[in-house]
Amino acid sequence: MKEAVFIGRNPSVEPDLEQLVHEVALGDQDAFAGLFDAVAGSVLGVARAVLRDHAQSEEVAQEVLVEVWRTAPRYRPDRGTAINWILTLAHRRAVDRVRSVEAAAARDTRAALLDRTPEFDQVTEQVETRLEQQQVRRCLRTLTDLQRQSVTLAYYRGLTYREVAEALALPLGTVKTRLRDGLIRLRDCLGVTA
Amino acid sequence: MTTIDPHAMTGAYALHALPDDERAAFESHLPGCEGCEQEVAEFAATAARLGLATTVQARPAMRERVLGRVTTVRQVSPEAAPVERARRGAARGRAVSRWALAACVAAATAFAGTAVWQYERAQDAHQQAARADRYADEVAGVLTAPDARSHSARVAGGTGAVVVSASRGRAVFVSAGMRRPSHGEVYQLWFADGGKMRSAGLMDPGRSSQAVLMRGPVDGASAVGVTVEPAGGSPQPTSAPIALLTVPA
Repeated sequence: MKEAVFIGRNPSVEPDLEQLVHEVALGDQDAFAGLFDAVAGSVLGVARAVLRDHAQSEEVAQEVLVEVWRTAPRYRPDRGTAINWILTLAHRRAVDRVRSVEAAAARDTRAALLDRTPEFDQVTEQVETRLEQQQVRRCLRTLTDLQRQSVTLAYYRGLTYREVAEALALPLGTVKTRLRDGLIRLRDCLGVTA
Repeated sequence: MTTIDPHAMTGAYALHALPDDERAAFESHLPGCEGCEQEVAEFAATAARLGLATTVQARPAMRERVLGRVTTVRQVSPEAAPVERARRGAARGRAVSRWALAACVAAATAFAGTAVWQYERAQDAHQQAARADRYADEVAGVLTAPDARSHSARVAGGTGAVVVSASRGRAVFVSAGMRRPSHGEVYQLWFADGGKMRSAGLMDPGRSSQAVLMRGPVDGASAVGVTVEPAGGSPQPTSAPIALLTVPA
């Protein structure tokens, strides 16, 4: 069932992040400050959700934002919105970090893996964020349990699908399929177009 | 070893849930896969929405650090992935996509849709033109000012020189052969103003020789200090300067 109700603002519309990134790409440091103000909280939020450690997530968020500055000249609007680009980078880096940290500290704490509530604490007071949250929560509820668990363990915990399979005691193929059809359902529910 | 239908991997890929080897395999499959690219882009956008819902408040200190850091970080040049356009047209039919798969493994990261940005880590020789020009103009302006005066000293196994133009009120720190700071550290420049140290920006930790336009006016500074600080720099020096150069009168 589709529920393509879009409550929140389009995150990429105000301020015009694509335009800001374009100016940043020309070396405009003031534009970068504006871009920082618009996205830093989300970059930090992604890092914190995955890493769950304040110092580390702040470090990763800073790296990501400097990387945004550095690679802004290569941002291609035809490949997706600026916020998608930035949050994809943020998630990638957070996941890299959590995997390198956890590789060292053998991760057999199944209980911890199964703590699958997305971290929504300490969110900003901003109305947009709260609306976005409500919408994401609502849409996550439209998923089956397995879809939701697979998607949240992968995105909010940075687990590989193999680790998700292990944590949920499911076959690999099942997890891959759940991730994909979970995302399809979320995409439709959130009204995402790319 | 499991056999995997690449088409089913789009979800795991967009969520960064593939182990490195499988990610590479999937990326080499992407250019020949009609529909995969679109689906990956949509899933990446969906994942970004999951990310937006976690938005928190960033501390002002983080803002200061990041804005400070970017003053010393070079941007990459805009051109990249020029093959990408040609490839989209080529991905028709099985025969072509097989060829594409075989031929393009090396260039695979260039096709990975939204993921492409993540892999552009190679340092570029060319700085992005506009910024480079502006910055270089200012540096050259100080270095070539008729009233430019300099003072140099041994710093971190190399040479550091402060060049000051009183008429411009600005200073450039020129380094040659300085040891690179250890990982997670950076050289920070300071103006010593009476008893106070005022941050004048960070040096690029990746280069042993560079010319840095010092941030802010020289004003009454009597010396320029160099300290080793944690990456991102510090609001005040956290250690004794490794060099202190008198500002030439």
